Amino acid sequence: MIKNHSNLPSAQLPNAEDLLKVLAQKLEPLLQKNTALVGIHSGGVWLMQRLLSILETTVSKHAIEYGTLDVSFYRDDYAQRGLKVENRPSQIPFDVENKHIILIDDVFYTGRTTRAAMNELFDYGRPASITLVALVNRGGRELPIAPQIVAANLPLDTTQHLQLTKLADGSLALELTQHNSARTQEHE
Amino acid sequence: MNNPQLDRDGNLKHLLSIEGLPKRILNQILDTAESFVGVAEREVKKVPLLRGKTVCNLFFENSTRTRTTFEIAAKRLSADVISLNVSTSSQSKGETILDTVDNLIAMHADMFVVRHAQSGAAHLIAKHVPPHIHVVNAGDGRHSHPTQGLLDVFTIRRYKPDLHNLRIAIVGDVLHSRVARSEIHALTTLGVPEIRVIAPKTLLPTQVEKLGVHVFHDMEEGLKDVDVIMMLRLQNERMSGAMLPSSQEYFKTYGLTQEKLKLAKPDAIVMHPGPMNRGVEIDSNVADGKQSVILPQVTYGIAIRMAVMALLAGGLPAQQQSAGGSPATPGGDA
Repeated sequence: MIKNHSNLPSAQLPNAEDLLKVLAQKLEPLLQKNTALVGIHSGGVWLMQRLLSILETTVSKHAIEYGTLDVSFYRDDYAQRGLKVENRPSQIPFDVENKHIILIDDVFYTGRTTRAAMNELFDYGRPASITLVALVNRGGRELPIAPQIVAANLPLDTTQHLQLTKLADGSLALELTQHNSARTQEHE
Repeated sequence: MNNPQLDRDGNLKHLLSIEGLPKRILNQILDTAESFVGVAEREVKKVPLLRGKTVCNLFFENSTRTRTTFEIAAKRLSADVISLNVSTSSQSKGETILDTVDNLIAMHADMFVVRHAQSGAAHLIAKHVPPHIHVVNAGDGRHSHPTQGLLDVFTIRRYKPDLHNLRIAIVGDVLHSRVARSEIHALTTLGVPEIRVIAPKTLLPTQVEKLGVHVFHDMEEGLKDVDVIMMLRLQNERMSGAMLPSSQEYFKTYGLTQEKLKLAKPDAIVMHPGPMNRGVEIDSNVADGKQSVILPQVTYGIAIRMAVMALLAGGLPAQQQSAGGSPATPGGDA
């Protein structure tokens, strides 16, 4: 467990590539014919792409349907912060109606991103179910929302910011930074 | 900062004209519009960004298409929309523009979309309103029509993504066109290397070359090898005094026909801001032909207007960010 105000050296951070394998294993039993993966920009999309390439060789003989969400238009802090300079179109190329959706985010924090993502998904149709999957649960949720599947629990202080990065060789890594003030209002 | 369109942090506060908008903001609007194109293809064609906001369409001059697309755009952002055709209401009873605006502010309007026959009307309103209220120019006199300019650039970018490699011809009544000016500014800012205007001398503003365009008076010469042809409307209602012999004569010389279209590159696109005068500036075969992107322009107009309104309405009003802002006027969201 991490103590308050400690700065976690990156050597002590779990290896994202190892966590990815754990996550893929935990996801395997969930995949049915009617399952689709949806990644949340940006980290969730990288994660989804890697999961797809693993899962399509191990469990699934047929291609798994997938899509991406950029929840910018559904965030609850738009009135304060406006739109990000960069936002990418959401792409849900399959019919959401009656699908079992596996929603993928990199780091689970307040639950606000998940709330926004679920609202957006419902504007595409009525899914049969949504399962939330995150690489890391860093604690600090502010809504009655929690991931069903995580590869690691890593409680952090509100001044710490954990994010997934994509390295030049395409592999994934976790990155921890320290901030001067708490960022509780922010989506993580 | 002198630019009334930007706040002190350089974010968009009002959209009054394309002139004076940095490349960064132009690209931000175009990229955001890209995300809004997909919204129209969903089961629920709405996003909740402007929920609880009131957008007021103030049209002192008629324009069905522009008003309708602004209205749809605001509604797809979940705003409440009031459209006022002011020419038929209070103005005829003698109320001034600013009185009309003040009354609407008292009704808690958050954004004004303004169309007026006089240049500078939107500027006047933007200078007048308190900091939490935003103004979008939907066409003022001969001056500017920024969202039309933006949607045209957006359409070009969607069909011809490499703007740095394009030859674009703007054909027709440049003199009376507020769109042409906006477009030339936007295209130049975004790095289009060659913009041509093709028109008779009587329909070109003096010193048009100063905008950085190549001037042609002959369609055969001007259309050669262009990637994009933007036809302008012959503004009959703005034309006082006959500058042209007749509309048939105009069609013969400057109307876009299949034969003239063949001079352009084989994959050239044809655009028109509407409403079209078929048989005057454009032949029906071309307007309805394979190379025409006139209807997609209308569709993209909604995405562009959504992007502009979404970028304007987000973020704290300037006065709340600054210390000692007046407590009398609350911010846009309670």
